[in-house]
Amino acid sequence: MNMPYYVAPEQMMKDRADYAQKGIARGRSLVAVEFDEGILLVAENPSRNLRKISEIYDRIAFAGVGRYNEYDQLRIAGIRHADTKGYTYSRDDVDSQALANQYAQMLGQIFTNEMKPLEVEILVASVGWEPEGDRLFHIRYDGSVTDEDGFAALGGDAEAIRGRLAEANLDGLDIGGALKAAETALSGPERSLGAEELEVAVLDRPGSGRRFRRLDNDEISGLLS
Amino acid sequence: MTLPLFSTSDDPGPSFTGLLTRLELDPSYQVEQALAEAATMTSRSPEFEITHGTTVVASRYDGGVIIAGDRRATAGNLISHRTMQKVFPADRWSGVAIAGAAGPAIEMVKLFQLQLEHYEKVEGHTLSLEGKANQLSMMVRNHLPAAMQGMAVVPLFAGFDRRRDRGRLFAYDVTGGRYEEEDYVASGSGSLHARTVIKLGKAGDLNRDDTINLLIRSLFIAADDDSATGGPDSMRGIYPIIATIDADGYQDLEEPDIAERFASIVSEYVDNDGTNPEITTGGGSV
Repeated sequence: MNMPYYVAPEQMMKDRADYAQKGIARGRSLVAVEFDEGILLVAENPSRNLRKISEIYDRIAFAGVGRYNEYDQLRIAGIRHADTKGYTYSRDDVDSQALANQYAQMLGQIFTNEMKPLEVEILVASVGWEPEGDRLFHIRYDGSVTDEDGFAALGGDAEAIRGRLAEANLDGLDIGGALKAAETALSGPERSLGAEELEVAVLDRPGSGRRFRRLDNDEISGLLS
Repeated sequence: MTLPLFSTSDDPGPSFTGLLTRLELDPSYQVEQALAEAATMTSRSPEFEITHGTTVVASRYDGGVIIAGDRRATAGNLISHRTMQKVFPADRWSGVAIAGAAGPAIEMVKLFQLQLEHYEKVEGHTLSLEGKANQLSMMVRNHLPAAMQGMAVVPLFAGFDRRRDRGRLFAYDVTGGRYEEEDYVASGSGSLHARTVIKLGKAGDLNRDDTINLLIRSLFIAADDDSATGGPDSMRGIYPIIATIDADGYQDLEEPDIAERFASIVSEYVDNDGTNPEITTGGGSV
């Protein structure tokens, strides 16, 4: 009888983490930037159909990088969670914190218990009535959550992008300024990205009801110029 | 609340009611259960008075559709609510108006709105107008057991079909039957009066303004002859709700505008000395 090889738990976790990171690093990155009237989500994405950013609820948006089928499954689970919660209680009771916790639980479970971790990194963004109420929850493949302040970057190139955003002055930006800052951070010093390569959506702060809105190519070009 | 996850074979897809059924939160299922229990307790019909909604109308015009409804809800011979909302936006390009038992009707509207929103978010685009009308049809059909117990809900559905670039109207019956109408539809206890007014006033293609006035007149006449339909209440400042749906989407008419239109109709019925020239006399129970 063959004895199974012994693998140290540390090694097993490291292998899984490496595997997930490699998967995530293959895809393009995305950023979220808070501005005076809301939160802007910008992804480098040449596809008009396979979306990285989407609506979850009135003031909550979802963004994911990595394997499309995996983060799309998480996106739909999030919409289902939010819609059932809003139906059972009220629309005011749907909050991003509970959703982020649920995602973290799920990703953590899969990371420790399953053969293959999910090769995704996701962002749950929610816009408050006041700028202080804005939330950016960054959730990684292993279920760890960070509550980001002001901006967030996800994807293979996230470290460099985060560095560029940290250097930029993001105080008191309007939507155009936020989009320019996001584009500069995503593209880096050597290239620039046009409306065709960007997927942009915004969570508008003023008003009630569904605040998620996609920007079309004309609007993106107008704000970038 | 946990994150709802399903295996591929059991996935409810973009359907919100399908999701509720799998999570055992489905309201029609709960109503059926309650009715079945009630049936074992007594063979008579329920003795409590169910709140009923009343006259709702909708009409097409060249730019889209207009949908309107009175505000009165009655329970037996009593007025139970004076400010009931019977006209709702279903999503950005469609609206729904309800007549029948108020509780189940409002629940149906809530579920219908969520069904459309859920589909849009999961799929990334909205349902076609026809798809929306069929969804509502299914909901009315699922409600049939409750309708048989006297809690019927008969909605109207109106919307702007962006693929065909025109407004469209749908009427329903209690079995979920769906009937598309060309010109106008009415539902509720005062619908007979309202329909006659619209039929007589609809000479050729009317514009938006004339259509609004015609619908307002139809509600006014329905309220005049049907005790379960509420007329304009200038004493409390309560007026029927009127909404237009065109290429720009669903839009409620401002209340002062509605009040003014009603005032001009009322003035037709009052003589210069302030007396009403037309006093109806007839039999009836007193």
